[in-house]
Amino acid sequence: MPEQQRRERRTPKERVDEEADEVTAAPSERGEKLKGELDDLLDEIDEVLEENAEDFVKSYVQKGGE
Amino acid sequence: MVVVLAGNLGGMAVPKVCGIETEYGVVLRGAADANPVLASSMLINGYVEHHRVGWDFDDESPDRDARGMVREGAQPPEIETHLVNTVLTNGARYYVDHAHPEYSTPECADALELVVADKAGERVLGRSMQAARRLLEPGQEVVVYKNNSDGKGNSYGTHENYLVDRAVPFASLVRHLLPWFVTRQVFTGAGKVGSENGAAPVDFQLSQRADFFEEEVGLETTLKRPIVNTRDEPHADPQLYRRLHVIAGDANLCEVATYLKVGTMAIVLAMIEDDFFEAAAGQGGRKDYSIVGPVPAMRTVSHDPTCKATVELADGARMTAVEVQWEYLRLAQKYADETGLAMCGGETVGGDVLARWEHVLGELERDPSTLSGQLDWVAKRSLLDAFAGRDGLEWGDPKLALLDLQYHDVRAERSLYERLVRTGKVERLTTEDEVMTATTEAPESTRAWFRGGCLARWPDAVVAANWDSIILDVGGDPLKRIPMMEPLRGSKAHVEDLFATATTPAELVARLAS
Repeated sequence: MPEQQRRERRTPKERVDEEADEVTAAPSERGEKLKGELDDLLDEIDEVLEENAEDFVKSYVQKGGE
Repeated sequence: MVVVLAGNLGGMAVPKVCGIETEYGVVLRGAADANPVLASSMLINGYVEHHRVGWDFDDESPDRDARGMVREGAQPPEIETHLVNTVLTNGARYYVDHAHPEYSTPECADALELVVADKAGERVLGRSMQAARRLLEPGQEVVVYKNNSDGKGNSYGTHENYLVDRAVPFASLVRHLLPWFVTRQVFTGAGKVGSENGAAPVDFQLSQRADFFEEEVGLETTLKRPIVNTRDEPHADPQLYRRLHVIAGDANLCEVATYLKVGTMAIVLAMIEDDFFEAAAGQGGRKDYSIVGPVPAMRTVSHDPTCKATVELADGARMTAVEVQWEYLRLAQKYADETGLAMCGGETVGGDVLARWEHVLGELERDPSTLSGQLDWVAKRSLLDAFAGRDGLEWGDPKLALLDLQYHDVRAERSLYERLVRTGKVERLTTEDEVMTATTEAPESTRAWFRGGCLARWPDAVVAANWDSIILDVGGDPLKRIPMMEPLRGSKAHVEDLFATATTPAELVARLAS
């Protein structure tokens, strides 16, 4: 499942191209700018996310506390 | 305890000295035996050793902890896995609790001071992870998370502590705090994907902890967790004070969430101490806001990110958590007008807390998503929604669970929370300078200043330090124990002159005795 998503994820360049197309049709430039910033943030986060989400989350086990 | 009828106390709220204990989630990566006790010990030893080398050039005794107390024996840190327990120059306690590194902030005088101290704790853990690398094999890493659940039914706590007047009947605290803890989740929750511990399935909920509460009142913290914890360990004069130990809260990363969590709690406790609920009831208000079935109500509130779910009150009314919060806020505003907020951070902090509390409740009713810069659960939810929208993810997708977990990663480069801060999406109440100072310097306004000051000046002379005492070795004579039973004594204002004139621990003790 996570591998599939990884493949589906668009590269930043593809996203920028797509956005450029959208801008002409968009009613609000400010909205687009915000969306662009958000997309950049998500891309940045993708780069620091741990590999293999499913296994990583599965391996996070905490026993004993308080 | 002698039961005194409410209303006859003529009570006076005591200053809301406060602190937060955080158990961090911990993993040791790349090791065959990922022992969490070992990993936690490495963090603390790594931090202490690193700072001994960095700061205390004169320290020649390898068996004594430079920052404070209890390094039993002189084993090198690599093999020391028994419980490690140190006190830092900022007055905090940093130790291994069961299988977690735990950081207890020093005592603070108000919510803002505590926000700084709590954030400083994150930085101490961050530095500890770096320092621990020196103790690890290549390819290994210790990583900590400031959250409260592993998503598999294991929870670890973030406990708040507040100084409370001993004269307040505990039943009175229980009556007003049960509905409080159930409903404050709307702004204290750190957000969680899914549910645990037998709770009904849910996509996303407000709180990390709600699924784990099984009793209304009790002493436990690990099994059958109670919403109101009865631990009675004042760490102060037991004739005068109680330390209310709150276990029904999440670890917050958003400073505004911590600020509100602590600031509102301080005001509510002062109102209970001053019998303000009872006084208001006499003027036509409700006597209390007791909720039918507070344990299931914890989940009802937590499991509804729209904040529209209602809970039933003992008088038959149905209210949303936000509506109950409005009632507490209205009372608090009245309390501020009539009594003032001197015991809860004064007008500067207490007044600001009231204003922010009102704003947050209004937005929670109008559109919670506008609070993504203030509340953890909303910040996390917004991030999850953005990823779900972009990547077409369904709830249950492991990537969303990973985002949830990594939101709490304490490593600056991996923390998703920190990334939101860096991109200006989350509001800060502190400056990074203040926070870094608070990693080494104690708050000025409590006895933590004295504790931390002694440790900073005379690390070798401090044989042991605790919340309410410090033991000094002043040479030849027997060890000197200095009691600190009053949490607000020992502040900078009290001991600045003492520290300025006493050049040795012996002189300090002599001056204290004179």
